[in-house]
Amino acid sequence: MLAKRIIPCLDIKNGRTVKGVNFVGLVDAGDPVELAGRYSEEGADELVFLDITATNEKRKTLVELVRDIASHIRIPFTVGGGIRSVEEISALLLAGADKVSMNSSIVHDPELITRAADRFGSQCVVAAVDAKRTGDSWNVYINAGQKDTGRDAIDWCREVAGRGAGEILLTSMDRDGTKSGFDNELLSRISDVAPVPLIASGGAGTIDHCIDAITVGKADAVLAASIFHFREIEIADLKQSMHQAGIPVRL
Amino acid sequence: MIAIIDYKAGNLASVSNAMDRLMSRYLITNRLADLDQADAIIFPGVGHAAPAMRDLQHNGLDTWLRSTRKPLLGICLGMQLLYESTTEGPTETLGILPGRLEKFDATRQKVPHMGWNTVDIQPGKEAHPLLRNIPSGTHFYHVHSYFAPVTAHTVATADYVHPFSAIAGRDNFMGVQFHPEKSGKAGEQLLRNFLDLVYGGMRTVTA
Repeated sequence: MLAKRIIPCLDIKNGRTVKGVNFVGLVDAGDPVELAGRYSEEGADELVFLDITATNEKRKTLVELVRDIASHIRIPFTVGGGIRSVEEISALLLAGADKVSMNSSIVHDPELITRAADRFGSQCVVAAVDAKRTGDSWNVYINAGQKDTGRDAIDWCREVAGRGAGEILLTSMDRDGTKSGFDNELLSRISDVAPVPLIASGGAGTIDHCIDAITVGKADAVLAASIFHFREIEIADLKQSMHQAGIPVRL
Repeated sequence: MIAIIDYKAGNLASVSNAMDRLMSRYLITNRLADLDQADAIIFPGVGHAAPAMRDLQHNGLDTWLRSTRKPLLGICLGMQLLYESTTEGPTETLGILPGRLEKFDATRQKVPHMGWNTVDIQPGKEAHPLLRNIPSGTHFYHVHSYFAPVTAHTVATADYVHPFSAIAGRDNFMGVQFHPEKSGKAGEQLLRNFLDLVYGGMRTVTA
């Protein structure tokens, strides 16, 4: 059976892993290649690297980092953060990334999804969607959650799948950082309309939250950062609990 | 030396990285003279079948591949091209293995089939050299939209609504639908098994 996936996320700045502490500052969390190796050994099914560097040197550094990661780890990985063109995607895939994720750029230029999917295949193209509840619905936010686009998140997810995205990485901004559980209502509604795998992000605090994202939210994969960084949850324990809950996982 | 065939069908970085991790000598090439010198062939590939076949034909690689007696491991599209034809195009392919590739029915499941799926060894195929230290039911990482039928040459199956050939073999020809180079320890074991089959465990490693 096709396994549900556990995906640790690593934030990268200037080639190093960083992690936020109480939403104030960022502290250095070490060498991304080393951390990736640790996660891979512990049973992570895939990895996501999100580059939050904001300098002109960014691309070159990121391509070099991707090459380094690809030579060391034996599981698939996705790279995201400010990717805007087919040329940038091409460089990252050639360096060894399996997929790229895009967020603000595809809102500005939805055709980019189709251009990338036509050239590299849908399986390489992950649409990252940041959603925040507004009354009875959810809006899409861009620019790292700073700007409300006014677009409906469920409609946007349906559209990105239709345009060729192979996967949706859905982050609930309401839940992100709260450790109060995933937004399963939103996940489930997106899962019903978008015929591509759905990665749940934002809100992981306990093992039960991850199980609920799959059984209630109908997600295909669960992404989290801090619970794995700080070893609040061991990947092996999480997978064992998912297995006991009847969810197919790779043990 | 292992020849990794370069025929403009996608990205070879992950396969060559895996060879580096296994400390195996390899050459990425599309020259027939190099293939003649190689101990074995890895035939990777992602993308569409039709342009891949055109590139193989353009370089005379199709004829070479059909007649080689060297151990050959097809990966993903490389495995698919070993069959007779595919509905992708449709395209006539190498015809080394009997059977026609079909596309997964997108009304019944999400396409492509992407992720870690279990691979079950066919009864009687447990002793296949690629499977040493790989138990039935091991997960491997798959990414594909077309699938090979289950035939007498099937060594192991995976199930995505219906069973398909995940590993197939005939004589010196072997193919895996999944990506061993992305399948963690199990994938590395499978690639090591292929190298052991080629070198009989007498492999000289280059540090």
